[in-house]
Amino acid sequence: MTTAHHDALIDTHHEHEHHDTGGDTVFGFWIYIMSDCLLFATLFATYAVLSSSFAGQITAKELFDLNFVLGETALLLFSSFTFGMAMLYANKKQMKGMIAWLCITFLLGLSFLGMELYEFYHFSHEGATPQTSAYWSAFYALVATHGLHVFAGLIWMLVLFAHFKRDGISEENLVRLSCLSLFWHFLDVIWICVFTVVYLMGVM
Amino acid sequence: MVNKATIITDPDSLTGKLTWDSIPLHDPVILPVMIAVILGGLALLILITKMGKWQYLWDEWFTSVDHKKIGIMYIIAAIVMLIRGFSDALMMRAQQAFATADSVGAGFLPPEHYDQIFTAHGVIMIFFVAMPLVVGLMNIVVPLQIGARDVAFPFLNSLSFWLFVVGAILINISLFLGEFAATGWLAYPPLSGIEYSPWVGVDYWLWALQISGIGTLLTGVNFFVTILRMRAPGMKLMQMPVFTWTSLCANVLIIASFPILTVTLTLLTLDRYIGTHFFTNDLGGNQMMYVNLIWAWGHPEVYILILPAFGIFSEITATFSRKRLFGYTSLVWATAAIMVLAMVVWLHHFFTMGAGASVNAFFGIATMIISIPTGVKIFNWLFTMYKGRVEFTASMWWTCSFLFTFTIGGMTGVMLAIPAADFVLHNSLFLIAHFHNVIIGGSVFGYFAGMTYWFSKATGFTLDENLGKIACALWTVGFFFAFMPLYILGFNGMTRRLNYYDNPDWAPMLWIAAFGAMIIFAGILVQLYQIYISIRDRNKNRDLTGDPWNGRTLEWTTSSPPPFYNFAIMPKIHDRDEHYYKKEHGIAYEKPDKYAPIHMPKNTWAGIVISGFSLIMGFACIWHIWWMAIFGFVGIVASWIIYSFERNKDYYVQVNEIEKIESAHLADIAEYHPISKAQS
Amino acid sequence: MLNKIIKTVVICTLMVTLGGCELALFDPKGPVGEQAKLLIIISVALMLIVIIPVIFMTFYFPYKYRTSNKKAVYKPHWEHSTKIELIVWLVPCLIVIALAIVTYQTSHSLDPRKPLGKDEDTVTIQVVALDWKWLFIYPEQQIATINEIAIPVNKPIEFLITSDTVMNSFFIPRLGSQIYAMAGMENRLNLMASEQGVFRGMSANYSGFGFSGMKFKTHALDQVGFEQWISKVKRSPLKLDEKMYQMLSKKTKDHAIQHFHDVDPLHFKKTIEKYTGVQSGK
Repeated sequence: MTTAHHDALIDTHHEHEHHDTGGDTVFGFWIYIMSDCLLFATLFATYAVLSSSFAGQITAKELFDLNFVLGETALLLFSSFTFGMAMLYANKKQMKGMIAWLCITFLLGLSFLGMELYEFYHFSHEGATPQTSAYWSAFYALVATHGLHVFAGLIWMLVLFAHFKRDGISEENLVRLSCLSLFWHFLDVIWICVFTVVYLMGVM
Repeated sequence: MVNKATIITDPDSLTGKLTWDSIPLHDPVILPVMIAVILGGLALLILITKMGKWQYLWDEWFTSVDHKKIGIMYIIAAIVMLIRGFSDALMMRAQQAFATADSVGAGFLPPEHYDQIFTAHGVIMIFFVAMPLVVGLMNIVVPLQIGARDVAFPFLNSLSFWLFVVGAILINISLFLGEFAATGWLAYPPLSGIEYSPWVGVDYWLWALQISGIGTLLTGVNFFVTILRMRAPGMKLMQMPVFTWTSLCANVLIIASFPILTVTLTLLTLDRYIGTHFFTNDLGGNQMMYVNLIWAWGHPEVYILILPAFGIFSEITATFSRKRLFGYTSLVWATAAIMVLAMVVWLHHFFTMGAGASVNAFFGIATMIISIPTGVKIFNWLFTMYKGRVEFTASMWWTCSFLFTFTIGGMTGVMLAIPAADFVLHNSLFLIAHFHNVIIGGSVFGYFAGMTYWFSKATGFTLDENLGKIACALWTVGFFFAFMPLYILGFNGMTRRLNYYDNPDWAPMLWIAAFGAMIIFAGILVQLYQIYISIRDRNKNRDLTGDPWNGRTLEWTTSSPPPFYNFAIMPKIHDRDEHYYKKEHGIAYEKPDKYAPIHMPKNTWAGIVISGFSLIMGFACIWHIWWMAIFGFVGIVASWIIYSFERNKDYYVQVNEIEKIESAHLADIAEYHPISKAQS
Repeated sequence: MLNKIIKTVVICTLMVTLGGCELALFDPKGPVGEQAKLLIIISVALMLIVIIPVIFMTFYFPYKYRTSNKKAVYKPHWEHSTKIELIVWLVPCLIVIALAIVTYQTSHSLDPRKPLGKDEDTVTIQVVALDWKWLFIYPEQQIATINEIAIPVNKPIEFLITSDTVMNSFFIPRLGSQIYAMAGMENRLNLMASEQGVFRGMSANYSGFGFSGMKFKTHALDQVGFEQWISKVKRSPLKLDEKMYQMLSKKTKDHAIQHFHDVDPLHFKKTIEKYTGVQSGK
């Protein structure tokens, strides 16, 4: 029964003679996010395996500053909200509001990255580099992979600004924005996991 | 040959680790090959230039987003790599046949060279032969079977293909510049770490797999979306042809497992490049984690290779038994069950690492459970033939040979799945015999069957049937000669990857194995000749109806090769064997009242250009030429952005053009009457 | 030439069928290998219940229902039979259940960690994989050897295995199980010889260019012979001290057999702790 129901759901789009490429793109992007999710899951697993492999070197407890990380978290969570606002304006086809909220999102993302880089710099200075021990290798790999994703999201946002400038809120650009929005919220979710697994459990 | 000169600790800022000494001019085996490849390559380039075909190749092939052309290119690349990978196999067999000795120096290959050969053999056969054959066949067939005009993301499809090509190119560069990994095909650390393998070989391995792996991941997403969202109106999931089903499951496995490969390769790359400690012996590194991770990818990968082959056999058995497929529903469920189980059995690749008895037993039993759905499939094929009218075409030969061969491989697989038995069989030649038994006797025979079956669909003419049967016979006989002795040697305590051995009792079996490899070689030569003859006699073998085998599924409704838009009118699906249904009801090949313009993607430069930059980046990273790596990376990002700004990525095919193509096809149909064949 | 090949093939096939009992795994010299052999035979026998009919059908069905055989029944639309489906799902299920029981039991009974006898009877041998040779330490006898061991027959032997280099696998086919040797870790393997003889041992896991030469001889001797061997090793002029170990740690191929009359009893422990640190985990 469930299969039949599933079929019906998937088959609905066949009603349209013209193929729904925008829908395909968003669906495909969802699937990509799933695979990216598995990529992070693998990194989390690695981190979990190595979570006590300090090898006699400096430990996480000695360095983690929860308040600082809470600041990072707030920035990223708030940026998810502002992206949501941008999405609302985009759906209402209001260019100005959308761009404004997107700019705020961009700045929040940028500050998050800034804080993260500062933290890395600080940790390295205290003697915890990726080369220090397996734990720190895993820490940097996980957190920096998230950071790289945020960075990629920022570049993508810049490219989207140019797209919107050229074509306005077109069908194609809306699909692009929806994908980026998915990506951005996904990074938020991942960050919450990072915050919990790495930082909260790290100081416990 | 691993060249001492290539261990360079302080790379030059301009040329990285690359020096004149990186070219293995001193090696008597490689040098002639290098000269032959360079001369052959030059001759090919000159020929293309002389014939003025560059424009044609660029417009019609390199930039093509047509899934059929991309599929053909995948398969051509796979055949080229098969020759490379098989030469490695021949060298290994020859080395072991003559290498009875107490100490190093026996045979004609020193370990420094031999160890690269077995590594390259494994990597090439899995990543650059089996994978492109699977993906190539999926490309050619899946959209046609579901009644789609292209894949969901045509540009990504082109990009996937070219990223795969980059991986293949990097592997081949390693032959003439530096060396390849000498670590075994999965490069277990710490051996593959910088401390024990300071040469660039492992870096070639890492970047070739990383780049082509990302291409495969994109393929997975692409075909998953294509199959779920682009089926012809009315085609329910349980009406999809079995090959489409198995491809869907294989793509789910790609999406689920390739991210793990990406991470694993990245972590090993970090260990080698910036000195992290994921898998090192010291400072808390954990080599067992690598082994777990690589097999968490590696085991699903095995099923990515075999599931589509199962689909191919299903199509062929039904067609040539002239009968509906027996137990479609249970075949589909069996496929789904295998897909799920494939994710939870990875530990059976290393029972001997020392996990607890209960853990080993769990993974052993999980592995055995896979044999149930697999067994069901075999029964389903057998009962498809039962009360049928079995026609022994070349593709059916491959299928029958598979049924027999694969059953034996399945049995030895279950033996290896019992941990306590694996403790004496692991890492022995028994293991080697087993996985060749299932990969050759299962996957490869399947791809050859599929290539024979769908050849006309891709090219418009059929492959020579008699030569196909001879090739199948040679492969089968050769297989048994080459690998049955290895089972025996495994029982006799001979382990894998030996460069020489001091036990003269092993030698006779290795001679037989070498003899078997020669028979397989003859089989490959016959196949190459078969392709040549079939192209030469293409006018005689032309498939004018688009349905040379009296087929059952949707791909046989279009012409061979299909028009670039595949279907002039979206077919409405009535039955699982849609084409057969229409032939039976006399509604196949009806001329529609009118055609509508068709929306199609345009060719794009982006796939090949982005891949070109990733080739530059990969090469530069291997040799630590950082300015060039940055250039390559910026090139990738910039060309992708530029591509995103392009307008007019698609267009409409006009009605009069469709009308012209379709009426030519219908005229052929009227002349050659495929329907009458269905009723015989 | 062809004649010669055919002759070789025939001779070899005969050798295999007639000389089958000489295969190392089918002629084990200890209880672990004996049980593994039995397990292999049982599992094959169980599977043959389904494999033989399948192989028969793979030949019979295509032959019987070939196109030219117009007498055979032809049912082009027949595609389902609950009876057949039940059988093809159930029979393999039953066989797998049987195999699963055997698997579960033997995974525990043949667990390489499981001691084969009383603690006081057990001879302990510490094994260190090096590039590319095996170092064996007899902690109780305070001797060490390279690429050669002797064991008393009918006495349980416990191998403690580690590596001071890349991953290897310690394997004596005639005695039974193998297990990986990994740096910073100790794996245990319990074996026993029930017959005297010289058995091949090797690394089963590829470990680099000298891998093929990483083999050793296992002498299974009676108690007297074993003690004589120990005293022979004790007479060796060499001593395994730090300097000697540094030399042994260097990469060598086909390293000759060596004996050492004295060794630091903590050497094995130190080899492991070199990688884990003394804090071992935390």
